[in-house]
Amino acid sequence: MNTDQAPLGERVDLLVNMGPQHPSTHGVFRMVLSLEGERIIDCVPHIGYLHRGSERLCEGENYSQIITLFDRLDYISNINNEQCFVMAVEKLMGVQVPPRAEYVRVILSELNRIASHMLFYGTFAIDAGAMTPIMIGFRDRELIQALFESVTGARMMHNYLRIGGVKEDVPEWFKLDLGRLLDQLRAGFREAEDLLNGSDVFLERTMGVGILPAEAALDYGVTGPALRASGVGYDVRRAEPYSVYPELEFDIPVGKVGDCYDRYWVRMREVEQSLRIVEQCLERLPEGPIMGKAPRLIRPPKGEVYVRTENPRGELGVYLVSQGGSGYPYRVKIRGPSFCNLMALRQLLRGVYVADSVVILGSLDIVLGEVDR
Amino acid sequence: MAREPQTRAETSSSPLEPRVREALGQRLQELSYSFDEMVLRIPREEMVECCRLLKTTPGLDFKLLRCLSVVDYVDFMEVVYHLSSLSHPHKVTLKARLPAEDLRVPTVTTVWKGADWHEREGHDLFGVLFEGHPDLSPLLLYEGFEGYPGRKSYPMPEQRELYGE
Repeated sequence: MNTDQAPLGERVDLLVNMGPQHPSTHGVFRMVLSLEGERIIDCVPHIGYLHRGSERLCEGENYSQIITLFDRLDYISNINNEQCFVMAVEKLMGVQVPPRAEYVRVILSELNRIASHMLFYGTFAIDAGAMTPIMIGFRDRELIQALFESVTGARMMHNYLRIGGVKEDVPEWFKLDLGRLLDQLRAGFREAEDLLNGSDVFLERTMGVGILPAEAALDYGVTGPALRASGVGYDVRRAEPYSVYPELEFDIPVGKVGDCYDRYWVRMREVEQSLRIVEQCLERLPEGPIMGKAPRLIRPPKGEVYVRTENPRGELGVYLVSQGGSGYPYRVKIRGPSFCNLMALRQLLRGVYVADSVVILGSLDIVLGEVDR
Repeated sequence: MAREPQTRAETSSSPLEPRVREALGQRLQELSYSFDEMVLRIPREEMVECCRLLKTTPGLDFKLLRCLSVVDYVDFMEVVYHLSSLSHPHKVTLKARLPAEDLRVPTVTTVWKGADWHEREGHDLFGVLFEGHPDLSPLLLYEGFEGYPGRKSYPMPEQRELYGE
């Protein structure tokens, strides 16, 4: 079946092929737009250009090696991915994680969320025609990457979390460094937000564009900031708290309209909340061991778990099936948030102008590494 | 050799159980627990109806299809649906078994539109035929790709040799 064909009975003036090398598709994503004048009457998304068979690869790696594969799914928020996988194995094996390790994990994953949202407002502003915010976003994101490097040894592919804890303790100067970093991040974030909110062009191009009603969002399985922007206050950290989130105070920002501006607004508020979480964790960071009692050879018993965590893009789920007695998982299914969020694109793009398609796609904030797996 | 997954019962029952039993009635084959998840086994012909009931019955409201996975157990395959409700703090797992020689299951895209790409992926990688799906063209693989790389029978590169088992 040729999916490139436009629906019958409608006038199609032009088929526009966007991607996979188009800069505004944020990776190797392709969509075929059927246009009537300047209006999009249908959009057919094509994914799979980055398909590496991650799920099948997991079946041939032992549990500790799989952590590195999870780094490469959503390559903007690596720690969040690692956390989801190690939590799945820990749940299956009943391993207890010491509090210090839990706090370090949460600090790093919230920092990663901030870094991810910084990249988002930068690229989103470019999509809407503003060049400056990405300079600020990238400058500040670099500070976070530098901190990650001092802790994990790598800027992006950290491989820092372990089943039962973390690889090694944070350096002595971590607390001091992080305290200073938070001030810098807050200042930079304000600078960028002032720039964007003061730009009439940005507001005109995002407000009222690409409205996603809550019902439709749920129907498509959209989660994360995109769902919250539509007015549904669903956050895995609240709905099914994990790690140390129950002890922390934070709000779940919820949008009203569900347009591109709301999706941007929710993410900006989330940066503030993440900064709040990191601050609290820093105050409470307990002393103690960083590794729980996990066996050296990871061989979970027979069973299956589905674990979900809140990624910067939405709910990341790992369905892990173990046959017992083996060092390799039997099946790993990864439910990527971008994969599900992207399904709503077709409905969002129907009836809008071509120029808005770039903004709408940008507001969904997809990472193709996770869509294609 | 039938390799069947076994789940460890941790919670004996939950307040959700009677309501689910009432809603599904005779369609429910087996109810078990795996950690905090309630697992329901359902014959594949009844899958769409069960999903619709779970989604629309007041008090259950499983509005969100979180994940749809296919697992290859060599002798048979299993389609696993993870559902959750936003208005209530509960979740449920549905399972349908497909014999290896007859990999057909009705589509649930009529219940949740979000099942669309999950099912296409299952068709792509495992060769499961989701009957009634509007468009099962390749999603992750390129057109003309031969074989089903998700299946256990699909040969992998000499990975084990490389790492030494």
